[in-house]
Amino acid sequence: MTFDLSILCKSTLEEEYSPICFGETFQPLLIGINDQTYLDWLLKAWGWTLSVSIIGLILALIIGISIGTLRTLPGKSLIGRSSLYFANCWVELFRNIPVLVQVFLWYHVIPLMLPFLKSVPSYLLVSFALAFFTSARIAEQVKAGIQSLPRGQHAAAMALGLSTYQSYRFVILPMALRIIIPPLTSEAMNIVKNSSVAFAVSVSELTMFAMQTQEETSRGIEMYLAVTVLYVITAFSVNRIMGIIERKTRIPGLLLSSPSGAH
Amino acid sequence: MPLIQMQHVSKWYGSFAVLTDCSTNIEQGEVVVVCGPSGSGKSTLIKTINGLEPFQAGSIMVDGISVGDPKTSLTLLRSQVGMVFQNFELFPHLSVTENLTLAQIKVMKKDPSTAIAQGLKYLDRVGLIEHKDKFPGQLSGGQQQRVAIARALCMQPKVMLFDEPTSALDPEMVGEVLDVMVQLAQDGMTMICVTHEMGFAKKVSDRVIFMDQGKIVEDCTKDEFFNDSGNRSPRAKEFLSKIIQQ
Amino acid sequence: MELDFSFYNWDLFKNFLQKGLLFSLQLTLVATVGGIVLGTILALMRLSGQKLLSTPATWYVNLMRSIPLVMVILWFFLLMPSIIGKSIGAELSAYITFIAFEAAFFSEIVRAGIGSIAKGQTAAGQALGLSYSQNMQYIVLPQAFRNMIPVLMTQTIILFQDTSLVYAIGAYDLLKGFEVAGKNFGRPIEAYLLAAVVYFLICFSLSRVVRKIQSKVAIIR
Repeated sequence: MTFDLSILCKSTLEEEYSPICFGETFQPLLIGINDQTYLDWLLKAWGWTLSVSIIGLILALIIGISIGTLRTLPGKSLIGRSSLYFANCWVELFRNIPVLVQVFLWYHVIPLMLPFLKSVPSYLLVSFALAFFTSARIAEQVKAGIQSLPRGQHAAAMALGLSTYQSYRFVILPMALRIIIPPLTSEAMNIVKNSSVAFAVSVSELTMFAMQTQEETSRGIEMYLAVTVLYVITAFSVNRIMGIIERKTRIPGLLLSSPSGAH
Repeated sequence: MPLIQMQHVSKWYGSFAVLTDCSTNIEQGEVVVVCGPSGSGKSTLIKTINGLEPFQAGSIMVDGISVGDPKTSLTLLRSQVGMVFQNFELFPHLSVTENLTLAQIKVMKKDPSTAIAQGLKYLDRVGLIEHKDKFPGQLSGGQQQRVAIARALCMQPKVMLFDEPTSALDPEMVGEVLDVMVQLAQDGMTMICVTHEMGFAKKVSDRVIFMDQGKIVEDCTKDEFFNDSGNRSPRAKEFLSKIIQQ
Repeated sequence: MELDFSFYNWDLFKNFLQKGLLFSLQLTLVATVGGIVLGTILALMRLSGQKLLSTPATWYVNLMRSIPLVMVILWFFLLMPSIIGKSIGAELSAYITFIAFEAAFFSEIVRAGIGSIAKGQTAAGQALGLSYSQNMQYIVLPQAFRNMIPVLMTQTIILFQDTSLVYAIGAYDLLKGFEVAGKNFGRPIEAYLLAAVVYFLICFSLSRVVRKIQSKVAIIR
């Protein structure tokens, strides 16, 4: 059993190896070879993983923050009560079905139920599945963050005459979102990891790459290693980026602690 | 006509009565101190005036606006009634200046430069102008509370409600906040203060309301409450005897 | 679009789903118990203060938390034949992989749980002359675990959902059972919908149970 990373520099079609390890990525520069090397393919796959994750995360944040906010509103009027009920149902529904099952639903079932989705590419369907699944978890964290604020904050905002919308927009959410940056970091990392289930519906992201190339070449270990390294790099970068965000939004004179525990 | 007219206000949670048949009138320029043991409903009473606590029976009119009427715009009402909280409740993510101008810009629809000028004017009145760019976390408790008072004053309210403004302060900072409140009273602001600071009450108040178990037990002038305690109810006498001992 | 659920009856369950459900439940149970045991060991290693123990444990936990479970499953399934010469079945592979993976998450929960027990408790134990391991065994861990029970149970529910990922190596779990049933009767759509409903009912009921237990189990301080 040998270990030979140069397999990455090999073309996927021919027997040649690229001297710079890249193939069609740098084709316009007329160096390397014309076909796709495994390295090119790997980077493309990484790109798909990142795209699916980022789209999913942005959608999840928008939906999750809205739903989480809805869950903290007082349910006084009929609209208030039904929004609260809707938000609770949303969270329970998307939390209790495994990601893979949700991906299958989005890929096999929902386009048949909603014909206008038939033309949507599969990577977007995976993004939607990830977004809806993660939005439920983000909603929980947003709710916890809002509820960890002193109750007087909302009262003070109301006493000044701010409307409920204004008090959430200018007082409550800015603080709550800062508080939940640590659990949001976990969620961002989770979306990257969960994007791996896209292999089940043939989206050419990293895990699919690993499975396919392991069969094609007989160098599964090298391929798996490369993919693992990329996942680790991505996770590390997500952590770093969130750390920068946390530092940029830090409030002078205030130490914040996250209300949630592990996971 | 009195600025605030409260008539037969009652509030209950299930079978627990928080307020029972509370009635009082507050004239413009009066300084009223509300005192009583814990759980007597003092905080709840003043919170009904600006609609932070709804009530099930009775009526409250603030300068002609009916608080209990569902058609009343509560945001309009609240912009005319200022409130200072026990825990200051400054917005920690906004600077002092931003705390002062947020409601002016968003509720009173002032333009930013006017709002800032107004904010700094009141900040100076409470003696904290040099802290205008600091954040609440960088200020002491007494300083935060004074900023909170300035924040409420920026809305140019007709009446100021104080909910135990000094109870969360270290003893050495109580004085600086009370000085601001005394000055406010002497400038003619209508004030309703829930407080344990009887020195403040004796110095500056016009009337004292004593509450016990959700009911207004005493509603008399300052002199009647402190100097003519023989004619007061047994509960009030008991309360007075305990606090005079301090 | 017409849906026909008529194929969903007791026979279906016995022929296709029972095997899968059993495996999913067994995997969840084994991975939970094994994961908590290994996780506790990892947590204690990290808290031990000795670099020789804490560093490898920290690396292990951080690695497992950075890569997808599917990758870990695939790695193990791939590597085992190379190392021991023959391939392990998908089911056994799943058991081992899940224990190894989930242990990282359980270790974080245990670490937080131990940290939540006030230092005073440990100090009191030490003042009585108890050794470190006695302290852990009789004072800290019993209290910590009682506090942790709701969080551990929630993690188990997540674990149950994760078992569906054995799809990657073709193991026959509940989801696979539904898929096979759907293909068999030519009703894949209904099968997926039913799978979602069943998973939902199981996880939702369990989360309700966790909520009930939460209030009963907390140690009053």
